[in-house]
Amino acid sequence: MTPERVDPVADVLARAEALADDLDLRSVRAFKDAHPGALAVGHMPIYSPRPLFEALGCLPVAIFGGGDQLDIIRGDSYFQSYICHIPRSTIELGLSGRIATLDAMVFPSICDVIRNLGGMWKLLFPDRLSIYLDLPQNFDASIGGRFYAGELRRIARELESKGAKPLQAEALRQAIADENRRRECITALDALRHEDPSRVRASEAYTVVRAGAALTARAHADLIDEFVTAAKRRNVRHFDNVRVVLCGSFCEQPPLALIRSLEKAGCDIVDDDFQLGWRMIEGRMDVREGEDPVDTLARAYIEQGCPTASRYIADEVKGADLVARVRQLPADGVIFAAASFCDPALLDQPMLEAALRQQNIPFTSFKYAENTGQFQVIREQAGAFSDAVKLWGASA
Amino acid sequence: MTTTTTAAAATTDVSKDRSQARQKRMIADHFHKLEHAKETGKKVVYTFVPGNLTELIDALGMLPVLPEINALQSGMRKRSAEYIAEAEKAGHSEDVCTYVKCDIGMMKAGNIGPTGTRLPPPDLLLLSYTGCFTFMKWFELLKQEYNCPVVMLHVPYQADGVITNEMRQYIVDQLERVVIPAMENVAGKKLDMQELEKRLALSAKAEDDLVAVWESARHRPSPIDGYFGGVYYIGPIFSAFRGSEDAVHYYRELREEVTARMATGEGPVTPDGTTNEKFRIVVEGPPNWTHFYDFWRMFSREGATVVASTYTRVGGLYDLGFRHDSSKPLETLADYCLGCYTNMNLPSRIDLIERYIKSYDADGFLINSVKSCNSFSVGQLLVLRELEKRTGVPGGFVESDLVDPRYFGKANIDNRLQSYFQMLDAKKRKGAR
Repeated sequence: MTPERVDPVADVLARAEALADDLDLRSVRAFKDAHPGALAVGHMPIYSPRPLFEALGCLPVAIFGGGDQLDIIRGDSYFQSYICHIPRSTIELGLSGRIATLDAMVFPSICDVIRNLGGMWKLLFPDRLSIYLDLPQNFDASIGGRFYAGELRRIARELESKGAKPLQAEALRQAIADENRRRECITALDALRHEDPSRVRASEAYTVVRAGAALTARAHADLIDEFVTAAKRRNVRHFDNVRVVLCGSFCEQPPLALIRSLEKAGCDIVDDDFQLGWRMIEGRMDVREGEDPVDTLARAYIEQGCPTASRYIADEVKGADLVARVRQLPADGVIFAAASFCDPALLDQPMLEAALRQQNIPFTSFKYAENTGQFQVIREQAGAFSDAVKLWGASA
Repeated sequence: MTTTTTAAAATTDVSKDRSQARQKRMIADHFHKLEHAKETGKKVVYTFVPGNLTELIDALGMLPVLPEINALQSGMRKRSAEYIAEAEKAGHSEDVCTYVKCDIGMMKAGNIGPTGTRLPPPDLLLLSYTGCFTFMKWFELLKQEYNCPVVMLHVPYQADGVITNEMRQYIVDQLERVVIPAMENVAGKKLDMQELEKRLALSAKAEDDLVAVWESARHRPSPIDGYFGGVYYIGPIFSAFRGSEDAVHYYRELREEVTARMATGEGPVTPDGTTNEKFRIVVEGPPNWTHFYDFWRMFSREGATVVASTYTRVGGLYDLGFRHDSSKPLETLADYCLGCYTNMNLPSRIDLIERYIKSYDADGFLINSVKSCNSFSVGQLLVLRELEKRTGVPGGFVESDLVDPRYFGKANIDNRLQSYFQMLDAKKRKGAR
């Protein structure tokens, strides 16, 4: 393939950036104008059953807070200083009217903060539907799976009562098929990054994935596919970087500039848990013969959900999955990057560190907030880590 | 998450009632059993206060250990700072729950319990996931340290303020098919349902008397302090003794003492003796344990009696009518777990505090927001606004922590409380004119 002079991803990346930066949800309003009567359903990280919303004729809209583009004026007055940042900016988005086009908000059971935020939403926005998604922590399909399928049906009924289309099995089958295709496209994007991180920078992959926040699975898959195709034609300049896995950023997202700072500091992020929800289900969801597709969604979460801090680990070894990923990619080390005051990530971290230490895998850690604006210290730390790994490898 | 107490085991200069002496004996006896558990062959279950399954543990002949209570006891005994430092040195973040770090630090320092004896390691970690996400991480962390099985009971959240049949069935399914078999396996025997039913019936008796104690605070002056004093009252029922004859006797005695104080018009006993009630306050949030008596004195010195509190409902909300029902043993355990205070959504919590403010005729309400506990703390500033709007009663807000003394700014909290009580006083005087 002949490399091109103009970066072949420039156009698709610019479109993805515009979508990823769309804090005012202009694209959602455009969707609703084009689909009169359709509902827009916001959902907080980490995971929400987006195919269910699509099958109900709703547009799922992932809300990741306000990032570093939003001045928090009212949001701070609702939270004490020791609470993470994403609920502040989400309240700010709500109170400023930026996300008023959302007809419902879903609050999955990630942590106590997001859970209580759902209660606050009920009080602050009583005319809009606030739904708590109680993800099961029992992973027996006949116990936790049954409960979760019931939760999905309850949520469908609630959305139907607000004007969503009645849930039809065929529509859900199609939505699951669309989600499978999106998942395949993300896997292809990840594979390209794993193979050659100079061809697809983590910051670019992040943007392309983030662009799907308010797209249907089909539209998002098309966008990723276009990016991957273009990236393969890229003129690649290789860097002498270390390959790292980044861990702990599954909910509140770091600013894009922070990801770029890590790259500039000599770290190729070959895998991460940014915006984990897109990749929460590992592999395809297959509707079995005669199976209600609602049960397929529940089964996928129970049997194919990836290990993360908010999912209970029963008999498995904590950190085994992280070690396996580092070995398989392969990566030279791990960067723990957690949002300040993020209970799940920070409570998980000592266990993951122990697993890495046992395997002589080097790691470093820092905290951020979604609106962090100073990266010099983090860049120096990441640079020192990168140098140490290059010089001393596992003994760094 | 926060919880509870058995504060009587810590030092106290409060004058001893008969019930308090009984509680102290009960706790000493329990810790004696724990100390000798390995010799006597008793199995030890570590578990949490909200949504605890004490009747089930006892019916299987096992002994509970409640790490939250160990943590708060460490706070009261001024040991928590060193334990937290130990955990932070081992890599635990300064941002996370200090109960967890205190417990881990205590374990690393030899696991010496509140009575000065070594606590036995667990034979089972019974993870009742009720109202607090941190519980799950806490036992994942302990699992790294102990070579024992862990079993989880996932309790759904009352997000819409109601308990549905699906939620109840989910819990019953877990109890029948996961939790009880795991407990039987550790206990080495089958659960005798009659033994469980017997304990549930005893629980209900004690719960009746506890509710009578809470409701005595409607009287003027209130014969109890429903927060600082209240943490002593919840000790037995929130910990190892619910479902025991001991608990029934304790709550009967306590009720009699409170009734007697009510008859003679006595106020609550505080660290400085009996107070004259000047302000009636409702408190939301857990207490600070490292400066418990200092904090209490900031109220008692001003004549402020806490007539109701939400913290004393984390291990069971009996004053809304729930009683353990021995005729439906597993369903009643499910309803108990689902009904704990921190398993209620924010609107329901606000409704409850509003109800307390009105029914206990409170002059004000105060929120003690603790850094460690997001389950309690997230949304409390909205709680403050909503309650002031709905009741017209002024609210106060202070910040501290559970067991990390670095977050108890004594002068700052004292200043805030003094200003708050002065404001209440001015409001009262204005009302009187």
